[in-house]
Amino acid sequence: MDKSEKLALGLSGLLLVLFFGAIMYAAVAKDIDVPTCITDMDPFVTDTLFQTGPDTYELQMVARMWAFQPSTVRLPVGSTVDLYVTSQDIIHGFKVEQHNINLMAVPGAINYMRVTFNKPGEFMYACHEFCGAAHHTMAGRFIIEENDEVTEMIGGSL
Amino acid sequence: MSDYTFRFSKSDRRLVAILIVIPMVLLFIGVYGGLMQTLFRAGIIQSDPFVGGDYYKGLTFHGVLNAIVFTTFFAVAFGNALIPYSLKMHLNTKIAWTSGILMLVGSVMAAIVILIGEATVLYTFYPPLKAHPLFYIGLTLLVVGSWVASANWVPLYLRWRRENEGKKTPLAVVGIFTTFIVWFIATLAVAVEILFMLLPWSLGWVDEINVMLARTLFWFFGHPLVYFWLLPAYVMYYVFMPKLAGGKLYSDMAGRLVFMMFIVFSIPVGTHHQYMDPAISSQWKLLHGIFTFAVALPSLITAFTLAASLEHAGKLRGAKGLFGWMWKLPYFKKENWFFAYLITGLIIFIFGGIGGIINASYQLNTVIHNTAWVPGHFHLTVAGPVMLAFLGGSLYMVGQFMNKTIRLKTWAMIAPYVYTIGLLIMSYGLKIGGLMGMPRRTNTGASYANPDSVLYQADWMPYIDLTVLGGSIMFIGIVIYIISFFTTVFSKSEVPEEDAVVTFPISESLHDEPATWLRNFKPYIIIAIILIVLSYTPVIYDVLQATYGGSLPYSPDSPVPLR
Ligand code: HEM
Ligand SMILES: [Cu+2]
Ligand SMILES: [Cu+2]
Repeated sequence: MDKSEKLALGLSGLLLVLFFGAIMYAAVAKDIDVPTCITDMDPFVTDTLFQTGPDTYELQMVARMWAFQPSTVRLPVGSTVDLYVTSQDIIHGFKVEQHNINLMAVPGAINYMRVTFNKPGEFMYACHEFCGAAHHTMAGRFIIEENDEVTEMIGGSL
Repeated sequence: MSDYTFRFSKSDRRLVAILIVIPMVLLFIGVYGGLMQTLFRAGIIQSDPFVGGDYYKGLTFHGVLNAIVFTTFFAVAFGNALIPYSLKMHLNTKIAWTSGILMLVGSVMAAIVILIGEATVLYTFYPPLKAHPLFYIGLTLLVVGSWVASANWVPLYLRWRRENEGKKTPLAVVGIFTTFIVWFIATLAVAVEILFMLLPWSLGWVDEINVMLARTLFWFFGHPLVYFWLLPAYVMYYVFMPKLAGGKLYSDMAGRLVFMMFIVFSIPVGTHHQYMDPAISSQWKLLHGIFTFAVALPSLITAFTLAASLEHAGKLRGAKGLFGWMWKLPYFKKENWFFAYLITGLIIFIFGGIGGIINASYQLNTVIHNTAWVPGHFHLTVAGPVMLAFLGGSLYMVGQFMNKTIRLKTWAMIAPYVYTIGLLIMSYGLKIGGLMGMPRRTNTGASYANPDSVLYQADWMPYIDLTVLGGSIMFIGIVIYIISFFTTVFSKSEVPEEDAVVTFPISESLHDEPATWLRNFKPYIIIAIILIVLSYTPVIYDVLQATYGGSLPYSPDSPVPLR
């Protein structure tokens, strides 16, 4: 190995260590993580939304061919939601635009992530895993409201 | 010394030609599907004008024919050509033909059930969507055929090692065996998934399937699959490209080290495709993430070594200064058309590599997972460097093995540049769209890109239109290639059949160290197996204990299970 090769190898290694350090920093210092294994929750087949604290909610969402239940969720700004997602039939995917939340909805398993809505607006969630002929119509939205205390769920059972 | 010829038997030559020409037809059907997809997505068409059917049937044959069928055939044909050539020994012709026939029967079977709409499950065939059993059987035959082909090379290698003690195995042979070692270990998992889970379930012998387990086995296979695509291209980069550029391979040892690192780190990384999945603890996802960063190292070494080799070539051609070599390479020489396929691929791979590191970066994956960013990314890898190297290699090999001179060389030389321009435009559209939230695998034309739909997303439209533009240019690139390819295939040979010999542009190396610690696959295979067991045992354990119930089969057309 000549000098330039050693240098290139060293720099490449350093670059990867640096990137990896950034990941660890985000995970440890900023507490940004990917979904993990959920075992302390009973399987659910219907969707529910309930308040668990002043600004905190728990939402259990069911994905099925070809709709999310609920399809519309109305929450006040500043809400933090513990979001549980599962599928009733085949694999679906769930991502909320402009928010770092992205979950696979797989039958026979429960997926979980926490999300906080800091700005008002409408945020779509579109199914992002192929789930059959009408996959492209499977979407819903969060409506985050500035002023009042409304919480509402449409297209599911509340 | 490196410019020798080898005389293949007529039957061996014919086999290599068949393994290239028939898949080329399938590839063209697949690429046609790609063009239709871009039109579907923009709402320009609502059903396929020639093949019929919806977006998802097209997406299935696009993925399966391009990324699984064509690539596997090319890798096998490449091995059937380069192993005997490099070792100067003949293959067992009967075994080689058996493998070729298995692969052809399997692929045609799978292609037919897809085209009649009985297997619209995309190339990942995740249950509980169910395909016709012949789809699974076809894929199995394709894989088994590729195993038979590679098993046929092993006795040649062992005999060569016995007869050439102390000599280094030719780098091409190391690269091809690396490709198939990775392939063999990876396909074991998908064989388990198909034979013990999907096939009995699709035949109705068992009712239910564990979806997460099947998915995890798929991705055990799915990530090394991308290295199975990439490695034959790496062989061409290391072995052919320096010579085609007029220089030498900067370091032979770097090539050997890179291949061994791929054996070690290609497989224990599959969970990085499941970062957003349930039922797998995040610490195991992180472990797979660490190994994924380890497998980026050989690609960085490759970037350095290839750039150094090209710099050397440029300087031999009279380049001065730090970057002068970049302008001295034979980009647009029609006699050197093969170089064009390799250099365009390398340029694209800069973007592909950066995208790959972003995808691998654990939490960052939240932003892009399953958005249009992902196809934007992998067209810059598998449909970029891999596809271009395979197209160049295919044209070179039909010339050699069908005993033809290449016709329409200017067309052949220009095709990869046209394709590259289209590819960069299409990938840009897909990637930015993805960052805005556009989902992948989605017929946007029927909803998000339809102004009459409640789901219409006006701000996605410019990026969807860019994919139409880019995709059309890519398609034109492929058409130019196909014309030069088939003009060559159907041309008359100029050399009498008895004098037909085969040669490859094998590079010499500038730095040729003994590297005795890199001469044996065994220790690296053992380390790979240890890492696989360590990284997959906890993942499989999590999946088995955190999932409940099984899934009945579904058709893509109805929310009611099939049984
Ligand atoms: C003219 C050339 C091509 C065009 C216009 C094209 C276009 C596309 C588009 C728009 C998608 C995204 C579909 C979606 O996510 O909804 C796609 C997916 C894909 N393409 Fe291509 N492509 C081309 C060539 C290739 C080649 C040469 C390969 C491969 C080796 C390839 C492999 C794939 C794969 C594996 C997928 C993913 C399929 C899936 O998600 O199931 N493509 N292509
Ligand atoms: Cu879907
Ligand atoms: Cu991967």
